[in-house]
Parts: sequence; C-alpha cells; structure tokens
Amino acid sequence: MKYLTEYRDANLVHEYVTRIHRLVTHPWSIMEICGGQTHGLVKNGILEMLPPQVTMVHGPGCPVCVTPLHLIDDAIDLAYRPEVIMTSFGDMMRVPGSRESLLEAKANGANIQMVYSPLDAVRLAQRHPDRQIVFFAVGFETTAPANALSVIQARAMGLSNYSILTSHVLVPPAMEAILSDPESRVDGFLAAGHVCTIMGLEEYYPIAEKYRVPIVVTGFEPVDLLQGIYETLKQLEEGTYRVENQYARVVQDQGNPNAIKVIHQVFTTSNRIWRGIGEIPSSGYEVDVEYGDFDARRKFNLGDREVPEHPDCIAGEILKGLRKPYHCSQFGKGCTPEHPLGAPMVSSEGACAAYYHFAQMKNEMVHGG
Amino acid sequence: MADRLTMRLQCPVPKMDFEVIQLGHGSGGLMTHRLLKSGVFEVLQNEFLKEEHDGAVLQLNGKTAITTDSFVVSPLFFPGGNIGDLAINGTVNDLAMCGAKPAYLTLACILEEGFPLADYWEILLTIREAGKAAGIKIVSGDTKVVEKGKGDGIFINTTGVGTVHPRADIRASRIQPGDVVLVSGPVASHGMAIMSVREGLEFETTLQSDSAPVHDIVWDLLENYGSAIRFLRDPTRGGIASSLNEAASQRKLGIRLQQTEIPMLEEVEGACELLGMDPLYVANEGIFLAIVAPDIAQQAVERMHQFPRGAQAAIIGQVVTEHPGQVVLDSSIGGKRVVAMLAGEQLPRIC
Repeated sequence: MKYLTEYRDANLVHEYVTRIHRLVTHPWSIMEICGGQTHGLVKNGILEMLPPQVTMVHGPGCPVCVTPLHLIDDAIDLAYRPEVIMTSFGDMMRVPGSRESLLEAKANGANIQMVYSPLDAVRLAQRHPDRQIVFFAVGFETTAPANALSVIQARAMGLSNYSILTSHVLVPPAMEAILSDPESRVDGFLAAGHVCTIMGLEEYYPIAEKYRVPIVVTGFEPVDLLQGIYETLKQLEEGTYRVENQYARVVQDQGNPNAIKVIHQVFTTSNRIWRGIGEIPSSGYEVDVEYGDFDARRKFNLGDREVPEHPDCIAGEILKGLRKPYHCSQFGKGCTPEHPLGAPMVSSEGACAAYYHFAQMKNEMVHGG
Repeated sequence: MADRLTMRLQCPVPKMDFEVIQLGHGSGGLMTHRLLKSGVFEVLQNEFLKEEHDGAVLQLNGKTAITTDSFVVSPLFFPGGNIGDLAINGTVNDLAMCGAKPAYLTLACILEEGFPLADYWEILLTIREAGKAAGIKIVSGDTKVVEKGKGDGIFINTTGVGTVHPRADIRASRIQPGDVVLVSGPVASHGMAIMSVREGLEFETTLQSDSAPVHDIVWDLLENYGSAIRFLRDPTRGGIASSLNEAASQRKLGIRLQQTEIPMLEEVEGACELLGMDPLYVANEGIFLAIVAPDIAQQAVERMHQFPRGAQAAIIGQVVTEHPGQVVLDSSIGGKRVVAMLAGEQLPRIC
C-alpha cells in the first residue's frame, strides 16, 4: 500500500528511535491530540521504545471519549421513540451513557443502526419516508464537512425526515483550555493530522506564540509519529516554539477551503461541554438556524439537562494530562473495558483502555523483552 | 436469485407452488412433506435420507468426536459463499479441530415466513456441494418455520460426528513452552468479505470469504506427526487473537506473535485499514491455528504448503513462559503490544 508501507519501515523507525534517545536530556511531556495517534502509538508498541524521560500524554482527541453523557442519553431517548431510527458511527455504540449505551439500548428494543457515513443515513431517510432518521454527528473538525454535506444534500433532496444530533468539538479551544490550566504539564503537542487536513495550520500559530509551546502537525503511521515526536523534542531541547508540519504529504497550510466553506454554511460555533473537562467556550459546532429543520435538538425539542459523571471517574483529569489512569481508584477494579465507568476505558484508543492492556503486560512479563 | 443459482451451480430450481416460505411449510402436513420431498431429500439424497426416518443409525469405529454449531449470519449471501457453506464447513472444521475425520452431519433449518424459496434452494444446493467437497453425508435433519419478523430469513444448525485419528491427542493442557504457533492461511478474509456487503457499510471490493473445509490438511498433519500436534483451533468469531488468548489463558503460558509473519491478503489488509479494524480480531472460516512441537514445525508448514488452501501457511509465533495467559505481538516496526481479548464486538472506528 503506497503512502503507508514507507511510513512503517522498521529501519526508519529504528533510526528515529535512536535519534530521540540521543537527543533527550530533560524530562518532557508531549500530548498527542488525536485518538488515532494514541491508537498508533499503542498498536505499534511505540510507547515502549521511547526513552523514560519522554511521557506521552493522551489528549482529548477521541471524539467518542469527550461526547458528554447528556448527549448520549439524548440519542438513546430519541432511539426509543417509535418514529425514530437513530444512526451512529460504530465506536459510539459502546460508550456508556448515564443509564446504558446505544448498544445496550439496541438490545432493549431501541431503533439504532450503525452507519459508516452520514450520507448512508440520508439514504436511509430516503428509503423510510415514514420514519425520522437522526444521525449522531460526533467528531472533530474532521467529520464536520461530511456531516454538513449530509444536511445540504437532505435539503436538496427535499427530505423532511432527516436531522442530525450534533456533538462536534474543535481542537484549538481544547488545547487552549489545557494550556491555560495552571496544573497543566504539557510541554508540546502533536497536532492532529486529519483535523489540520480540513482546517489548515492558521489557528495554531497564535497558540504556539501565546503559550510558547511547540506544535507539530503529525500523521498516524509509526514513522509519522516518531518524526513528530522527534521534531517536538528537538524544539523543546532547543527552547523554540514553532508550528511545524510533519504531515505535509496530506496537510496544506490553508487546509481544505471547500470543506471549510461547507462547514460554515451549515454550522455555527458554540460553547460545548466536553465529557470530563466541562464547558469550553466556542469549542464546538451546532446547526445554524438557517438549517434548523435538520437540527434534531430543535426538531424534537430536546431540553438542556445535566447528567453527573460517575463520582469516582477521573476521566477529565486524565484527558487534560493531569493524572494517569493508574491514579484512579476504580482503574482495573470497578472500571474495565468490559464494564467501563468512563469513556477513556471504552474505545481502544482511550487512554485508560490503552493503559489497562499495557499495564497488564508490564506486570506479568517476567523479562522485559 | 434464480439466475445466480443456475449460472453458478447449473441446477434447476425445483418447481414449487410458492415463491416464498409459508407458515404451512412448517405445519408437518402436506406442504411440509412436499417441501422436504422435492427439496431437502431430493437435493441431498443418500441412503440415510432415503429411509425418511426420525433419525439415522450410524456405524463409527474408534473414538468419536461430536460437535454442534448454529449459523446466524447477515447477509446470508456474501462474496465467496453463503450461510450454506458456513453451516457445513463450520462443523466440518470443528470436527477437524478435534483431530477427527468428519463423517456425518445433521441439518436443522429454521426458516422465516416469507423467505424466498429460490434463496432456500440456492442454500440447499450450496450445502450439497460443500458436503461433497468435505466428503460428509447429511443423515438427518429438521425444518421449522417461524412467523415473519421472528427470524432473520434462515437460521441453520448442523451437528457432526467423525472418527478421531488414532494418534491424535489435542488438548490445551499439552501445550509446552517452546512450542510453535502455525496458521494455515491468510487471516481475516471472511470477516472483511462479510463487512464489505453489510448494509450501510458496502464498499466495492474483490474480497472473498475464505469459507472452506480444512480437515484434509489437519488429517495429513496427524498422519505424519501424530501427537506432536498439540492444539488446534479454527479462529472463527473473534479471529486468531481470541483463539490464541483462549489457549494462553487455559494453559497459563504466554504466546508471542510476530506481526510480519502473519499472512494476510493485500485487499484484506487494505479493507482493515479503511474501516479501522484489527485483522487479528476478524473472523475466519477456512483456516486453522496449530500449536505443534518445535522440532516438526518447519516440516509441518512445508507439508501444509502442498495443499492449495495451505499454500500460505506460516509459523507466526511461539509459546513462552513470560507473560502467562497473554498474547503479545512483536509489531512489524519492532515494538510490542498486548493482543488482548476483545470485550465485545469489534466496531469500526471514527478516527
């Protein structure tokens, strides 16, 4: 597979690991923003290869992990309505709401279908004119254009039975929230390659400047990740703070202007609650009034409600990089991948799930290997 | 549907009065009788079914293995096969994993009212062909009909018996540190083929299910290496990761896998990338895992290569005393990670 295999080259990986080991003189914490990057680090065993001074902090970039409880509950409530078919991406299905997950609700008779694209949900709306099709529009800037496009397409087709329940969150405000936390221990960022593919680099320059923090836009393959880590560490060791683009084969400085246009056509920026972190100003998208008919919140008169998190879950502090999963009293005891209390234990890239499996291996390995 | 069937199997659809299954087909009366007579008995005919008796009387010599499996797949037809292949090959392969030569199967179908008869015939004809290919006979069966909405088209159960190879002794408790893990062919083909046609996820591809019997390869290994074959498993649901985790936790030993050695078709690898699926957890229907004594591992793989379905057989790992109960993968770039048991179904990822 071209453009993939060359970024999985074991020799190149080895070279970067060696360079990183030679380079590092201080302890540094680098946050990888995106869940896909966390997944790549864990899946390829890269965390094990890094020198002990380098701590990777798994950031809030797993959209599933930061979708607030009340929105999951809203989605489930809608799915129980007889006229509704709720549609969702696969990894949202297992995330626990306050009572149950979408998957459990499905088993209990709620109408929920897994789809791969919001456009599949639009097709479903076409096929079932007697039902209301709601798409659970979860994700960062990456999924926003396709979700916006589904609304534009539904309007063009004259569909009155399609709407989206948005839980769109934006990366730069979250980075600012993390950096402005006085307890923050993040020294540098691997920015999310896919998000920047859409939005470009512009938003990151003021952040790097204001917080004096290096930001390297990074891809997802082993060589990408190690290159990104290396470039970040190099800046940290040199005391510089620039925005760099490791993922230039995909990301252009100005992003994708067409995608940005579609986003702005359908969505407006709004305050958002991030699961475990709380409300961050201007950190999400909601459907613009202009497209109000396609906004499930308006269509079904969904009110505001507050749903408390599990009292022992420290997901917020973990997502902010303030604490590690093993600091949690429930980690591996009351909270496991089979019975997650919080979202980072649910998806395989969630910080807690990653640590859960990793810690098991560490504890039980007689020889480090 | 009928076109597909005649084109593929060149066998005419038996003439029936109905286009779809009716509740009456399960009543036990005339409709049932006609469905069976012109259907199951006609298509699968053999000396056992000819008796039209309540059961079959069999002669088996030596140690006998028995296994049962139910098949509930969606979609019923997929690239490379249908539920009929799976129902035969699944049970045939389960018998093979016991070290047995599959001999006789029973076939129970639960049909949903409204299920197209043409589909039913195609599945029956596929069952006949798969049975022939595996050298088994279907000796008894059952057909029931449930109301529309209470089934998913067709559910099939098959139970199989076979005689165990006299030198076979296949048990997780016989796995030793230093033993070698083999796989008979490329992984993840079946699950990705199914996924490529599942509603809502359709994508254009040439992926084919690997559904096939593997008993001949297994029997050959047993003939040549007998008890040096310690453990066999067909990694269906949950993929090779789940089967190896079961072996590791049963025996309380570790298993170390080499990612670069695990065979996989390029199009399967591409589909897994696209959907964010880990191929180690994706279902297979035509390969098996073997844990064998180290001194015969290399020869065993070479023997497997003689079979068309074993052409890509490979040594993929080793049993170790470290990390007992866990499967650890040496990644292709030199890292390592735990290949844990999945908590639930593997779901496609957003990012």
